[in-house]
Formats: sequence, C-alpha cells, structure tokens
Amino acid sequence: MTNDFSIIGKPIAMVDAAGKATGSGKYADDLSLPGMLIGKILHSPFPHARIKRIDTSRAEKLEGVVAVAIGQDAPNPYGILPVGHDEHALATDKVRYVGDNVACVAAVDEATAEKALELIDVEYEVLPAYFDPEEAMKAETDLIHDNKPHNIEKDYHHVFGDPDKGFAEADHVAEARFIANEVTHAAMEPHCTLAAFEIDPHTGQPGRLTVQSSTQVPYYLQHKLSLVLEMPMSQIRVIKPLVGGGFGGKSEVIPLEIIAAVAARKARAPVKITYTREEVFWAHRGRPRTIIDLKTGVTDDGRITAVKAQVVQDGGGYCSYGVVTILYSGALLGALYDIPNIQYDGYRVLTNKPVCGAMRGHGTVNVRFAFESQLDELAARIGMDPAAIRQRNLLKPPCVTVNGLRVQSYGLPECIEKVVDRSGWKQRKGKLPKGRGLGVACSHYVSGAANSIIRSDMPHSTVHIKIDRDGGVVIYTGASDIGQGSDTMVAQIAAETLGCSLSRVKVVAADTDLTPIDIGSYSSRVTFMNGNATLRAAQDVKKQIASAAARKMNCSLEELLFHNDAVSRQNGHLGADALVRPAEQSSAASVSGRVEGQILRGSLQQKRKDEGPKDQMTFEEAVVAAIDFHGALTGTGSYAPPQEARGGNHKGAGVGPSPAYSYSAQVAEVSVDEETGEVTVHKVWASHDCGRALNPVSVEGQIIGSVWMGMGQALTEEMIWKDGMLMNPGLLEYRSPSSVESPVVEAIIVESIDPEGPFGAKECSEGSLAATIPAIANAIYDAVGIRLHESPFTPERVLAALRDKRSQKKIDLTEGIDPTSPAKFREHGGSLCFRGKGPERHPLDPSRREALSEGGDD
Amino acid sequence: MKKELIELRVNSRSHELALEPSTLLLDALRQDLGLTGSKRGCDDSSCGACTVLVDGVPMLSCTMLAASCEGQEITTVEGVSEHGSLAAIQKAYGDWGGSQCGYCTPGFMMTVKYLLAHNPDPSDDEIRSALSSNLCRCTGYTQMYQAIRAAIEAEQKGIATLR
Repeated sequence: MTNDFSIIGKPIAMVDAAGKATGSGKYADDLSLPGMLIGKILHSPFPHARIKRIDTSRAEKLEGVVAVAIGQDAPNPYGILPVGHDEHALATDKVRYVGDNVACVAAVDEATAEKALELIDVEYEVLPAYFDPEEAMKAETDLIHDNKPHNIEKDYHHVFGDPDKGFAEADHVAEARFIANEVTHAAMEPHCTLAAFEIDPHTGQPGRLTVQSSTQVPYYLQHKLSLVLEMPMSQIRVIKPLVGGGFGGKSEVIPLEIIAAVAARKARAPVKITYTREEVFWAHRGRPRTIIDLKTGVTDDGRITAVKAQVVQDGGGYCSYGVVTILYSGALLGALYDIPNIQYDGYRVLTNKPVCGAMRGHGTVNVRFAFESQLDELAARIGMDPAAIRQRNLLKPPCVTVNGLRVQSYGLPECIEKVVDRSGWKQRKGKLPKGRGLGVACSHYVSGAANSIIRSDMPHSTVHIKIDRDGGVVIYTGASDIGQGSDTMVAQIAAETLGCSLSRVKVVAADTDLTPIDIGSYSSRVTFMNGNATLRAAQDVKKQIASAAARKMNCSLEELLFHNDAVSRQNGHLGADALVRPAEQSSAASVSGRVEGQILRGSLQQKRKDEGPKDQMTFEEAVVAAIDFHGALTGTGSYAPPQEARGGNHKGAGVGPSPAYSYSAQVAEVSVDEETGEVTVHKVWASHDCGRALNPVSVEGQIIGSVWMGMGQALTEEMIWKDGMLMNPGLLEYRSPSSVESPVVEAIIVESIDPEGPFGAKECSEGSLAATIPAIANAIYDAVGIRLHESPFTPERVLAALRDKRSQKKIDLTEGIDPTSPAKFREHGGSLCFRGKGPERHPLDPSRREALSEGGDD
Repeated sequence: MKKELIELRVNSRSHELALEPSTLLLDALRQDLGLTGSKRGCDDSSCGACTVLVDGVPMLSCTMLAASCEGQEITTVEGVSEHGSLAAIQKAYGDWGGSQCGYCTPGFMMTVKYLLAHNPDPSDDEIRSALSSNLCRCTGYTQMYQAIRAAIEAEQKGIATLR
C-alpha cells in the first residue's frame, strides 16, 4: 500500500459539520410527528421500596391525558447484558433508586403530562437501603435483587503467573487504598426518544414500530425493544438521528427508550420523551465509585514483579454493563506494561443509587489512576525517574500478555519519548518553582472488544456500498456517529479506496431498516471494525469496477490505478506521471463526466466505439461500464475479530481482548496553591498512538477531549450523594469545566500503523482519558509532595493532605455530625456531603427566627 | 392559561404567534417557529446551548419569556449563515474541529458572533472568558480557539480582498 494518500491522513471537516454549525442538523428532540404526544415519567422518591399499589385513575381523567403506562403494561425484563436482564420498562414490584421509573403519562403537551404525574397515587413500602458498596456486601436481608446474595452482582478472582513469587522477588512493595468517586457523562444532549407505530395495512392494527432515539447502539435497542414488546425484530425500526454526545451514556438501552415505545403502544399515538437534565443524571450509567486496594512490587532497578488489586465498584441498582466494567478493571492491568504476575479480585456491588454503566475508558480509568500513582511512588522510593520506570517495563510486541491479551502494534515507547521531549521533562522536572510540578502517566485502551456482548460468530460490523450510473457512492453503514466522526471516517475510507472525491460519497448510517448490523459505538470499536468493513466493501466494489474497466482498456487489473475520480492505466515507464495526469484533467473530466454518467446507454456505447480503447476513464465512465458488465454495482464487507485476538479460556476472559490497543503517554504541569488547596492544570502534553490518524483534526479533537474529560474527573467532577439522593444534578453543580478552567492541551499523534487496522488505524477516543488523572496526581506530588489517593483532587482533599504532611491535626469533616446518621462518613457513598450542622444561619432566616421565638418563651 | 397574540421578530422576519404568556422564548422558537437550531441542554441556565441574540446581546432563551421579546430583534443560529452559505465562523468550526457532537455549537455560534462583533481581535484570555458562558462536553475547547482565530483571519482576508 502506498503512503501517498489523497484523503486518508488529511485534516478535513466532518461530513455533517455544516448541519451542526447552522442548526439545520436534526437531533432526536428536534423531531416531531403529527399527533405526537409528550411523555413524562414518574420517578421513585425512595431509594429502595416495594410498590404496594398504583392508582392512575385520577391522572387518566385529566383532560389532555391519553394514556398512563405502568409496569404491568410491559413486564418482560431486559438489560444490556444477556446475564443482566434485571430491569423493567417501568417498575413491576420494587424501586431500587431515587429516580427509578414508576409510571409514564402520555399527554397532549408537557404541562398536562406533568400535572398528571401529580395525580398518580403510589403506595410504597419503604425498605432499608444500601448506599455504600462495602456495607451493601454485608447485607443478609432486604437484598436489592433477591437472586444476588450480599448484593454482589458479580465477583471475579483471577490469578495470572505467580503473584506470591513475584512479590517475594520484589525489593520494594507499595500498598495503598485508592478511591475514585463517581462521575457521569453529562453529554450536552439530554436523552430523547420518539416512538411511533404505523398501522399494518393487512390487519388494520398497529404494526411496525419506528423509534428515533439518541442512542449509540441502535441494533441493541432494536433487540431489547423486541424482548420487552414481544415483537419480532423485523417489525422494529430504530433510527439514530444526530446524537449530541454519548461517552457511553447512550451505549445501552436507557429506560426512556423502552418507556416511550410502551407508552406509544398504550396511547396508540406517537410519543416523544425528552429527559430533563436532572433525569439524565438519574439515568446515569456513568463511571462507578471505585475502591481499589492495590499492591505493586518492583525490583531495585525498576522492574515490576507483581501486581495485586482488589477492586470494589459501587454499581447502583441494576446490572447494566457492570459485569463487563469489573472485568475491564482487571483485564486491562495487562497490555500496557510487561507485568509477569497479576492477581485480581473484583467485586461489582449493587447499591440503591442510579445505575452505573460504561463511560469513556470503560472500567480502566480508576484502576489506571491507582496503578500509575503507585508506580510513581515506587519510582520515587527507588530514586528512579518516573518516565524511566515506565520505559523500563515496556512490552516486547508482538506478544501475548500473561492474561491472554495479544499485542501487535505498540507505540508506547514513542509516546513516552515524545511527551518527555516536548514538555522539557528532563530539563524542567524538579526545577520548577515551589508549588509547581510535572507528572507523567500512561494509559491504553481497546480498539473494540474482540468479543461482542452476545457471544456468537456474527460479524461485528457489516457495510454495503451501492454505486449507480450517476457515479454517486452510497455507503450503508450501521456505525453510529455520536459526534466522534464515524460518518466521515467511512466516507474517507471508501473515497480513498475508490480513488474518488469525498463529495461523491453519501453516507446512510445507523438505521436498522436500511443499514446492515453494526453492534454500536462503544469500546472504541468503530474505526477499527466498521472501518475495516467499509474498506472491504469498497475493495469489493472496486474489484468489480476494475474488471469492467480492464476490459475496456485492454489491460490487466493490476495495471489500473484509481485516483482523482478516474481509473487510469498505469504504464510501467510513466510511473509517477500517471499519477499526475489524471489530476490535471480531473476538473474538465468531472464536468463532462457528470453529464456523461447520465447519458443513455446507447449513446455512450456509440461514444466509446468512436474513441476505441483508452488509457483512462472517468469514474462515471468506469462505473457505467461496470454496471453494464455486471448488471448492478454493489459491494459488501464485514469484519469479525480474528480468533487469535479473542483472549484466553479462563472465566471472564471474554472482556479485555481486542484486535489492537491504543497507547497514550501524558505529562501534566500543575500548580498547587498551598493556602487554598486549589490545583490549576496549566498544560497537558498528550501523545497518543492511534495506529494511523485517518483525519488528524478529529484525532486531535478526540485526544484533547479525552484529556479534558480526565481533567474534569481529576479536579472537579463528582456525583455527591446523600441518602441515595443526588445533591448536584445540574451541569453547574456537577462542575463540568468551562473554558476558563481548561488547560492548553498539546495533542501529539503517534502512528504505529497497526497490521490489522484499516490503513493501520486504531482507536483514539478513549485511551487518553485514563492517563490524565494520574498525570495530574503525580504532578501534584512533584509540586507539593503529597500523594492524593482519592479523586477528584478538590481543595478540601488537597488541604487535608497538606495538613497531614505537616503532621497537623487532621480535620474531621464529620465533626458535629447528625447523631442519627451512620457513624462513618463514607456510608453515604459520597464524601463532600455530610449531615453536619452547617454554617450558622443568618438572623433573619425563618428557621432561626422560629428557634429564637421558642427560646423567648422561657 | 389563555393565549395571546405576540409578534416576534426572528432573523429579520416577523411572526405573529398565539402564545401563553408563560411561554419561554426557547419553546416559542423550537415548537412554534420550528427553529430547532437553538438547543435545550439543562434545566437551570447553566449550559448556554439555547443562547440567542436579543438586540445583539447573547441571552439564554430557556429562561426568558417570549412575550418579553416583543419589538426586539432576535437572531438564532439559523440567522447566522450568510446568503445560504456558511459564515466564516461556521466554516472554521467545521475545519478546525470546533464541533464534535455539535449540540452546543449553535449556542457557541451566538456567543462568538457577539464576541467578534464587539471585539474583532480578541486576546486568548478574552476568547476564553467569552466562551465560559457556554459548556461543551466533547472538545475541551482547544479546537474552538483555533477555529475562532481562523475565522478572524478569514474575515480579515475577506475584507482585504473587498478593498
């Protein structure tokens, strides 16, 4: 393959960029249908309760209410994982978190629907609730799910190599508990679903269902709708309009997607449900609060001998992706460094809080924070440079790690070199003024899970390409563009392969009626898998064009060159000229060509007869020739990961393996204000091995976005809970960083050209996130000498650590605690929120006035 | 609540609408006028996705009443493109990766339009500070700064060629 690409590797605007910039692009909430009703969901006010009775009669009588749906209207359980079918469209017997779904009103407008919610009478029997995973694990009674003893959704215990021997060989062993608090995706677009049945002409009854939804996984949604509604999948069409960001939050079936369909069925009218921002926080599926007990051993010369990790994840009320998340946490301890011995004990625990699921860097981020922090600590202990200890433990690919992960392309060494070089690490580390520091960390991620959720031999991606006489190339792909640019990626790959211009290519994506199955946009799989399927489909159709063109030009297939909207015969001695010639002619050719493509067959044949065999055909001419020759011009391609990349045989081996891994190294420069405890990130140098950057602008955007999101988790973002209630369900309180809080990120692309990726490409959207948190933690250590073991690194935590370092009295944040609250601070599952007395109230505060007047009676 | 007739002037065109007095400007734009470019991203005026210009000043249309804008000139993202073509800032957002999912983009368009109208050559800090009224969850903002710089350059070149 030549490196002389015309479209691959060029920075280009996304194919849907204009629609986004002008507001003409349609997201789910921008859609409406005649007779459409608005759905509103009644949520549980209790974290754990049995529903004894629901009376919807008063709500149903309200003018404008068309239907009220409850659990019994669709009692089949579902869940994204086949092992985790524990959710219902609407609660059938119990609610398991504040915000769980109880009933849905479909009414003529939002105000009526909201009014009707207040008229639904629900009688609850409140049950004891669990908010902390370690407490939940002790439970014997009032289990969240009856079939999950001790509220443990799933636990895994893996031993690879000989960890005991490994620790015996170590000269230094570090052991610590790390906690990463809960974060959520907070995609800018609140979830929205519009569901409509159409009337079957033969039965006269509601027949096919069309669901337009903000989803990353249209195919899985189609599958789960079929389960819950008891309809064949062929009768359900799922269309993904523009999606306003996902980050994993739309990578499974979100309650409203099922509820809208159930309500539409009951109301016999189209129903649209759009979440409020608060509901988005309840729907959640974010990164769980994770408690990591980590032990690492190294030799005096910096070689890692063994790692032992116990991970407890606070999963919330249902399974969701939980089983996969807890497996990723262990599996991706491997494949970054060469670690000979690994012991992993993972517990996914149920609690009475909104459900955690997949979020950017699924399962790996929190464990990576712990591991990279501990490695830094060990480097300091043995007096080794933190960058050098990472270089000391590199893999030697191609190889298979101790836990069965196959690694081929491996750009980590170059990534480390690049960030060390660009950040001036060697000159500046340790020489910055007091309170300012540099930290380094690395991370990696899968380029798609090698095993799909539903274990089978089905291809993970399939792509069809249709070319007609107009010379237009239409790609039918199931890939779900959620803003990452997959539509652009498939267009680029097809255009490059066919040697045609991008403007010729039209992408039809993510519509289960039109596009072949693709399992969705998650685990950073789309470029690798759908890209490969697109490449194969394009090669398939190119072969057909070539065979017809070769006949016309009286030459062999190998002599043909597809370039610049033309198919030309490559003359041996012309070589480079042949590349240039079509380019010169292309502008003229495209004008006349556009007309020619539409000429009736007879006149075109006459034209060809006049001309005789030639050295070059325009793309349209070649396409018309191919259609005349083959009768039709379509190409198909599919991708399934190779067997050798699918991992080992142990229980849980299915999660972690990937056909390729991306690599990332980062240096963060921070300053810490020792008075206020405030941490400022000044700059992050982030290098990322994405195999090949198909579109450098997009790749840089993904790297910067990942680093930025990692910085949010490191410094400000945190879901704060009190008795199962989310205390900060708004974007401002959740503290997603704004432009003034965001550092400069220098994205550095490293290309390792993966042997199996499309044009050598791997993932670039998730892997960088995990390195940012430890890079900042390590930089804080460099700046002020404190090791932070709990994220986010808020001023409170930084100050507490600084006081601790100076051996000052520890500030007990639970001092003055409400005597009725649990004895331990952490049992709320959060950290900042506590039942304290709070600041003294203002004299005019009503509560204080009352207290004063009561006092006055004495 | 009884509806009242309200005249709204949006993107240089007048519309007569029957609206409840409590109707928010964002709902009037999206539901009554079908101008769905302005987005709702939050419940509490924290995200800026619904930003429109009211008499040239960026306002959050999710927290103002449509009736309060009578007689004022409202510009939405649909009114930014020029003669059916992309304005320089819209083109630059595409070229430089200023949008990823694009949901926040309409709001940013309005904020940037206001910034550049009042400060044609802003410093980096001024750009950062101006953009802080809008949230984006995809880009980390860096590529937006590049896009804004490119748009300023394109505008200056455009003006230069006109001369």
